[in-house]
Amino acid sequence: MAHQKDFSTILFRGTLGFLAALTVVLLIAPTAVVLIVSFTDGYSLKFPPVSYSTRWYVELWNASHLHFAAMNSIQVGLATTLLSVVFGVLASLAIVGSKSRAARTLDSLFMSPLVLPALAFGFAALMTFSAVGWAVSITTLIIGHTAVCVPYVIRTTSAALAQMDPALLESSASLGASRWYSFRFVTLPLIRPGVMAGAFIAFMSSFDNVPVSLFLRDARTDMLPIRMWQDLEGKLDVTIAALSGVIIIFTLVMMIVMERVAGLSRRLRQG
Amino acid sequence: MSTKKSLPVTAYPLWLASPLALAMLLFFITPLLMLGVVSFYSDAAMTQWGSVANWAKTLDGFGLTVLLDTLWLGVQVTALSLVLGFALAWSFLRMPARLQPLIIFIVMLPLLTSVVVRTFAWIVILGRQGIVNNFLMDLGLIEAPLKLLYTRLGLVVTLANVQLPLMVLPLITALQRIDMNLSDASASLGASEWQTFKKITVPLALPGVIAGCLLTFSAAITAFISQSLIGGGQMLFMPMYLYQQVSALSNFPFAAAISLTFLATVILCVSLFNMLGRLSRGYANG
Repeated sequence: MAHQKDFSTILFRGTLGFLAALTVVLLIAPTAVVLIVSFTDGYSLKFPPVSYSTRWYVELWNASHLHFAAMNSIQVGLATTLLSVVFGVLASLAIVGSKSRAARTLDSLFMSPLVLPALAFGFAALMTFSAVGWAVSITTLIIGHTAVCVPYVIRTTSAALAQMDPALLESSASLGASRWYSFRFVTLPLIRPGVMAGAFIAFMSSFDNVPVSLFLRDARTDMLPIRMWQDLEGKLDVTIAALSGVIIIFTLVMMIVMERVAGLSRRLRQG
Repeated sequence: MSTKKSLPVTAYPLWLASPLALAMLLFFITPLLMLGVVSFYSDAAMTQWGSVANWAKTLDGFGLTVLLDTLWLGVQVTALSLVLGFALAWSFLRMPARLQPLIIFIVMLPLLTSVVVRTFAWIVILGRQGIVNNFLMDLGLIEAPLKLLYTRLGLVVTLANVQLPLMVLPLITALQRIDMNLSDASASLGASEWQTFKKITVPLALPGVIAGCLLTFSAAITAFISQSLIGGGQMLFMPMYLYQQVSALSNFPFAAAISLTFLATVILCVSLFNMLGRLSRGYANG
């Protein structure tokens, strides 16, 4: 009897353990595969490559159409992050902890872009802009991206605000500090890591945005993810592997930096 | 004046949210409402208003097939993600503590890496000269490369992986909340691990399961890039259906009807998941 139970325990743990190990491999594989294949010497995406070189990184250095799209994406990403932080922090201050009906309604409104299909919004925005006679431009892209990125800043900022000890603000006020002074010298330093984590997630999701950019960009405002998608649709270009390698390294470095300065993983999991 | 005094020093006035509220009304809510108006034009040039032709076309045989197939794809991806994600989350809690941050890092990296890059990786893995085919041929299990790209199976596996972090993170949080003493008590009363898993762990983790399923499902059905690159031209799902109407055919009214149908379906699914979530929380706490 005891023997049988041991066997079923081993089988149970073995199955779950095996699946977990498989999952970890599946999570690491894409990143590793892209990094390795980007150093191929050949013209195909054969894995593993027959011989290695950095030729595709040299190609990437000369690929001006990709540089153009990358600059647009970075520009839109930075502007979107700035707007998301300003609007998002103000909104978080107003609605966090408030049980009022208005505050709850606003919260649902601000969070709705996370749930609704962004593709439908991207198309709707295109239609609205053209109805009022605004041609698609960097500006319309920034507006569209901000609408879908601001929820990330609100989430991490609200979580940081909710963890603040109210006694700090009470003592600050009782010592004669104005609301603004307390915000500047008590609240802001305490919520800064939360805001930074939100800003980072907002930037990455703007930089990676497809559904909104798909409709709001044109040849003059080409965006990097769309450019990459169109290149991959046509033919399997190994330059894209080198570009992917650069994006992965950038993401990895930024993640480690943000983990150090803002406790990124903790904040991502709260959200 | 009196309202200002009644506001406690720990709170901020509600009007601070007004810039964002105004921007969202103008640039988010208005466009979505415009979809409703435009969907009732009967022609692509938008001259004849007041027709339900686009709605009829969206919900006719073909349109409905695309919608249902998209939802079915979501179900397949979510199911695979759940099996893999649950195994990882369950094992995560039984790992040495110093390994845990590493696992969190491994889960988070794909979440923040560009979705085009992740999809591209799967093209390399599933391609004719990719890892899977080379491996199977080296083993002598197959003679010619299998067609894995542009197949349903390839798409489901890819999407399950691309969306896996969205499943794993809520599951880890949910499993961490379960009192380990319950499993110990269950074991000391003679239950096998499988019985404990079935009767204690899974029911108590249900809120996390539902949260993870909601995120994975909505991400999978709206995943334009992966659907287009891995699924290929032979498979049509709602996002590509919508995009084609806009970019290739410039049929805005019909695209508006498709958008709203998709939007309504997603809202319906989200409400369903939320209802299940409330029920399961009651179950898990009660």
